Amino acid sequence: MKVSITNRVRVAALFIFLPLAAQAHKAFFVPSSTVLTESDHEITVDAAVSNDLFYFNHAPLRLDDLQITAPDGSALAPEHVLTGSFRSVFDVPLPQAGTYRVASVSNGVFANWQGADGKPHRWRGSEADLGTEVPGDAVNLRVTQVVNRVETFVTVGKPNRTALAPSGNGLELLPLTHPNDLVVGEAANFKLLLDGKPAAGLDVTIIAGGTRYRDQQNEIRARTNADGQFTITWPQAGLYWLNASLGGGREGPEPDEAPARGQQAAARSPAGEARPRRLSYSATLEVLP
Amino acid sequence: MRASLSIVLCGLGSLGPLAAAPARAADLDIRLQIPQLDVAEYHRPYVAAWLERPDQSVAANLAVWYDLRKRDHEGEKYLKDLRQWWRRSGRDLQMPADGISGATRAVGDYELKFVPGEAPLAALPAGDYQLVVEAARESGGRELLKIPFSWPVQKASALQAQGNSELGTVTLALRP
Repeated sequence: MKVSITNRVRVAALFIFLPLAAQAHKAFFVPSSTVLTESDHEITVDAAVSNDLFYFNHAPLRLDDLQITAPDGSALAPEHVLTGSFRSVFDVPLPQAGTYRVASVSNGVFANWQGADGKPHRWRGSEADLGTEVPGDAVNLRVTQVVNRVETFVTVGKPNRTALAPSGNGLELLPLTHPNDLVVGEAANFKLLLDGKPAAGLDVTIIAGGTRYRDQQNEIRARTNADGQFTITWPQAGLYWLNASLGGGREGPEPDEAPARGQQAAARSPAGEARPRRLSYSATLEVLP
Repeated sequence: MRASLSIVLCGLGSLGPLAAAPARAADLDIRLQIPQLDVAEYHRPYVAAWLERPDQSVAANLAVWYDLRKRDHEGEKYLKDLRQWWRRSGRDLQMPADGISGATRAVGDYELKFVPGEAPLAALPAGDYQLVVEAARESGGRELLKIPFSWPVQKASALQAQGNSELGTVTLALRP
């Protein structure tokens, strides 16, 4: 019993830094509605990390990196924020018509090295703290930049695109079909961007929610074309989880185990540093009947 | 656009079956049935009717019936449940929309008449269209029926679509 409690504490501690961790698990938001009228003034959102979509059975998604963008591009603060054992919850006020983006955007570094004691050390944190957290005599120091974006979209009344503007950092989705205009049986077009430029030849995975009640993941796979675009025709209505990653972002091995993948070179930082990057993008999309 | 549609729907404001509607020659005459349903919780359906072009864009909004009685426009909250209408045009409109919006109707037969020379028929270019009727009910289902037709009308005809949950028979009567 004691052992299992210790394990749980350790797992919980790990996931405090989850946005920077190798995502063997899936991080996601679940909004209470994605299509609303102007007589709606608020939604609530769940945020969690788990293997199963969209169930809260593993760890909460920490909200330290939460960014809510209103239809006019301004930042919105969440209300009634709570982080429990399995999920975080917050409300989003909807003061205006248009499209809102709810995102968790983390941008940090992962370092591993051999200490003076000869033992392996690992550290996750911000780029700014790297110099003070990693000892100067670290041997075999490897530093990986980790940029993760998890997001979802909500529209009140007529959709607009101000909040969908890419930031230009890491992997991002540029929805060509509006993300709150997804209908079963219809094709939707998207573009993946790497640091604001088309990400060509990248694999995209899409999984419908409700995995607990079926035996197969039934992954839908797509690959971006030369212009970073891909098309999905939705087989059924429901919530979907869309993911793409570079440099072992989602299911890849830990950096200390990872041989440099071909894609990793492409994912190098724009400054031209040799520092490898691990990038991941995930979105929750709702497809209506 | 909205103002020009305001004269279209004679008798829309009245709640009774449209037997009482003015007897005028009509080019385009829609009859729709709101069926009696054996359900534990019944609310009158929200109904929208519109004309769409072959690319599914909206050529004209004909009617949307929703709950006008609720305070603070609360009834508008459920307009999005008329999913296709909402996406095609509803979300672009300011409600209530003149000449289009009306109160929900009880079980019964209703008739919408559109007269020649007036909007939307006066402004309707020649081409292929579909009449679309969508109904959605709180704690209930959603049904959408389409009747294709060509405009202008060459010969008198009565086209039909049969609903099987939220709508009964929808008839489109066309006269040249």
